[in-house]
Amino acid sequence: MVEFTLPKNSRIVQGKTWPKPSDGKKVKAFKIYRWDPDTKANPRVDTYYVDLSKCGPMVLDAILYIKNEIDPPLTFRRSCREGICGSCAMNIDGANTLACTKGLDEISGAVRIYPLPHMPVVKDLVPDLTHFYAQHASIQPWLETRTPAPEKEWRQSVDDRKKMDGLYECILCASCSTSCPSYWWNGDRYLGPAALLQAYRWLIDSRDEATGERLDHLEDPFRLYRCHTIMNCSKTCPKGLNPAKAIAEIKKMMIERRV
Amino acid sequence: MSIKTPMNRVLGLGSAKSGTEHWWAQRISSVALVPLTILFLFPFLSALGGGYEAVRAAYASPFNALVAILFIAVNFLHLQQGLQVVIEDYVHEKRSRTVMMFCNTLLCGLLGAAGVFAIAKLSFGA
Repeated sequence: MVEFTLPKNSRIVQGKTWPKPSDGKKVKAFKIYRWDPDTKANPRVDTYYVDLSKCGPMVLDAILYIKNEIDPPLTFRRSCREGICGSCAMNIDGANTLACTKGLDEISGAVRIYPLPHMPVVKDLVPDLTHFYAQHASIQPWLETRTPAPEKEWRQSVDDRKKMDGLYECILCASCSTSCPSYWWNGDRYLGPAALLQAYRWLIDSRDEATGERLDHLEDPFRLYRCHTIMNCSKTCPKGLNPAKAIAEIKKMMIERRV
Repeated sequence: MSIKTPMNRVLGLGSAKSGTEHWWAQRISSVALVPLTILFLFPFLSALGGGYEAVRAAYASPFNALVAILFIAVNFLHLQQGLQVVIEDYVHEKRSRTVMMFCNTLLCGLLGAAGVFAIAKLSFGA
């Protein structure tokens, strides 16, 4: 059955409160999930205070400030700091998003930061995305053709190229999949919004010649049909994409090929 | 404990190559239930409280009886399919899942058949 309470060793306990800067002008509180696999201790939520006049405008700037100036062991992923790599996806202020594109001014009160929900935690804010990446690989995210490769390039009309707008921008940050209750309960078998959006990107690619095989691979009560149009994916996507619509389009293709 | 590659775990037993019929049947039955519910409610509500004879008179009409039979049959089909999805979503332990799926089909089938039989009996006037 679905578990409504966390296992004993996953329950979050009271954490440490770090000292507040006495001379700060714009001090903001940060409540950040901490868990260290090397200790037997339960996860905890530490409270930090950051003087916003000393760091940049985004949530990522603040957690970098905390790591550099207050608590060096704080662990998280980040790379590009401009919303294109997808590394810093985390649960901020109750919603999955990229720390680097979430403005501190968008959050009133203390900033609550947790790892992406319902994923195994590696350490602090770092989730284990092994299964998520394998699901993406399983949809074969590359061009499949039977026609021998042309001498130059595979040609595509401007109209056909336009069909991939809103799909190719996905950076696989996993915000959508980890916001989806169906993915929480059945993520072992349900591919989740991110992998399905990517699958649709290849399904409607006019150059791809494996559309039928791709649909065969997806036609499954769990892989595809666990989507119950809850819409958390589209609501949370930090790139403003619409995975729920992509999934609906896949379902329409399933009907289209049999009527 | 089992050592498997992440891809092996994702691929599992492969695609069931089904699910579309189930999903589509749910959409069709829910759309069908909109007119069926409205058409069912008119004779049902007017006969309600009128005693056995009034109900019999209402369902002596072949149209009313047919609508009621379809309403009950489609409803229980829809209920069975909907509950199956709920069980698949939330019950992960294999044995209890199988038992619950079985009970769901059995109960919905029984109740649906009983409803259809009741209307037929009433309509033909036994």
